[in-house]
Amino acid sequence: MVKQKTSLKTINSPDAPLLHMGDGAEVDVSELEEMARRCRVDIVSMTHAAKSGHPGGSLSAVDCMVALYGTCLRFDTSNPDWEDRDRFIMSKGHASPAMYSVLHQIGVLDDNDIKGFRTLGSVCQGHVDMNWTKGVDFSAGSLGMGLSFGLGCALSAKMDSSDRRIWVMLGDGETQEGQIWEAAMAANYHNATNLKVIVDRNRIQNDDFMEVQMEIGDIGEKFRSFGWTVKEVDGHDMSSLIDVVDWANNEDEGPVAIVANTIKGNGVSFMENNPSFHGKAPDDEELRIALEELS
Amino acid sequence: MSAPSFGGASRDGYGKGLLRIAEDPRVVVLEADLGKSTKSCHFRNEYPERTVSLGIAEQNMMLVAAGMASSGKIPFASTFAIFTERAFEQVRNGIARPGLPVHICGSHGGIHTGTDGSSAQSIEDLAVYRTIPKMTVIHPCDDISAEELTAQLIDLNGPSYMRTARNKVPRMYEDGSNLKIGSGSVLREGGDLAIISCGVMVGVAISAAETLSNEGISSTVVDMHTIKPLDVGLIAELSESCGAFVTAEDHSVIGGLGGALAEWLSTNTSTPLEMVGVTDSFGQSGSSSELMDLMGLNEAGICEAARRAISRK
Repeated sequence: MVKQKTSLKTINSPDAPLLHMGDGAEVDVSELEEMARRCRVDIVSMTHAAKSGHPGGSLSAVDCMVALYGTCLRFDTSNPDWEDRDRFIMSKGHASPAMYSVLHQIGVLDDNDIKGFRTLGSVCQGHVDMNWTKGVDFSAGSLGMGLSFGLGCALSAKMDSSDRRIWVMLGDGETQEGQIWEAAMAANYHNATNLKVIVDRNRIQNDDFMEVQMEIGDIGEKFRSFGWTVKEVDGHDMSSLIDVVDWANNEDEGPVAIVANTIKGNGVSFMENNPSFHGKAPDDEELRIALEELS
Repeated sequence: MSAPSFGGASRDGYGKGLLRIAEDPRVVVLEADLGKSTKSCHFRNEYPERTVSLGIAEQNMMLVAAGMASSGKIPFASTFAIFTERAFEQVRNGIARPGLPVHICGSHGGIHTGTDGSSAQSIEDLAVYRTIPKMTVIHPCDDISAEELTAQLIDLNGPSYMRTARNKVPRMYEDGSNLKIGSGSVLREGGDLAIISCGVMVGVAISAAETLSNEGISSTVVDMHTIKPLDVGLIAELSESCGAFVTAEDHSVIGGLGGALAEWLSTNTSTPLEMVGVTDSFGQSGSSSELMDLMGLNEAGICEAARRAISRK
């Protein structure tokens, strides 16, 4: 397959062709960093407009998502329902602003779509919902379920002899749910080589820091103990992220997990490592400062 | 009606139904270590490549099924009725909310399950699944109807829950009987009373109708195998023609078949209804017949309810 250079001008166009072909395309790191910056602007703006939502976990997850959508995820912006697309399962469904910002930046959602976030009838529901939003593959909102769903997609792809990959974005907090480990066990047992997990390891959950609420310890080691192949990465270093998603995309020994060490609220100083911005929107003044910092 | 024969249990019908639709490559079967009990094992033996073992992990099974349905498969996931309830929120949020065509089968439903005791005797499954939007809820009475209704699920473009029973009961149907999801089956016609029943209580209702006829009470008996959507057209007709109802189910009287009828009747008619079912209590170990007698889920219970209903006309 021909290597292609990512161009934000192309991917932000509604008539863009297949984004990327999962072949380790040549990527301009600075362009993806710019895309991530724009996503952050979307995240703080849409939560501010809605006066609700979850900016903290969206800002921590978004670099991983940009690295993925910007390089190896096979997805057709003009045909989001393409049967053989790679799946992206946003298990931490409260980080919907991150999902919508990426879909906005690649031209699947328009300005009005994201402005309607959390309002009556909007395609941008409070938590990601496959029935409401083009390009969303899973209806989340209840934590701990996305990995199992992704495993179902992965097993189906194998039955269909399709080489589509299934990517699942987990929050570290939701690994407290037992179902995550039911799925981790089953994925290895069924040799789901097409299942790829990214754990957004921001160390904060709804009420407080995980070490206060329920620290799980070494998440990577726990996946390894179930037979997974695991790598850790700085979840905000775009160059490292591009490398690690490329590695995961091509790893076919078994299911793989990337533990991305992130900072909740990354990119907005007063949100960083601040549990109170898990589920709180910025007010007018906070938005002004955030946009200034993101300019 | 000719004397009923003893066939398999409704769970055997589920197993046969899966085999009947197995030619469709979209059909996949998911198990949680109880395939030999729910009878999905027959499909596994024939089609191991389309059978997924998820171990004793029901929550995972429900979402794996959802993911497969989102990828074009038609998953049939089974375990004991009571253990499907462990994954209730997974069914609600992961399957029903997106409207994915996952077909859940809960076997060993009801007090009739017997000696395993109260932990295994689901008496609330029909009620809880009935409350979920988009869900179809089915409870066949014998193996033949279970096989037919299972086969029909392949054309249902949405999620369903089917409860089957562990033990054999008299057959109510013959092969080739005309059954349809959503339409109650009238097994006996009479003008004084309508007994609306499901599951293992259908056969008991037929016996009770025979006893009542000796007292001069002529009863219609319906196998209401589909609890949701309820066949309200048939209920409306019977409300006019019979003027009194008894429901009979091996399930709590709260929220099951009786509850479904009560909801409709109370807002549309003043026709009296008496409910035979489990009266807000747990079971215990014992034989099916001992437990059904203990809890009033028997011919005498239906006959007493029938007399009360008619007296309220």
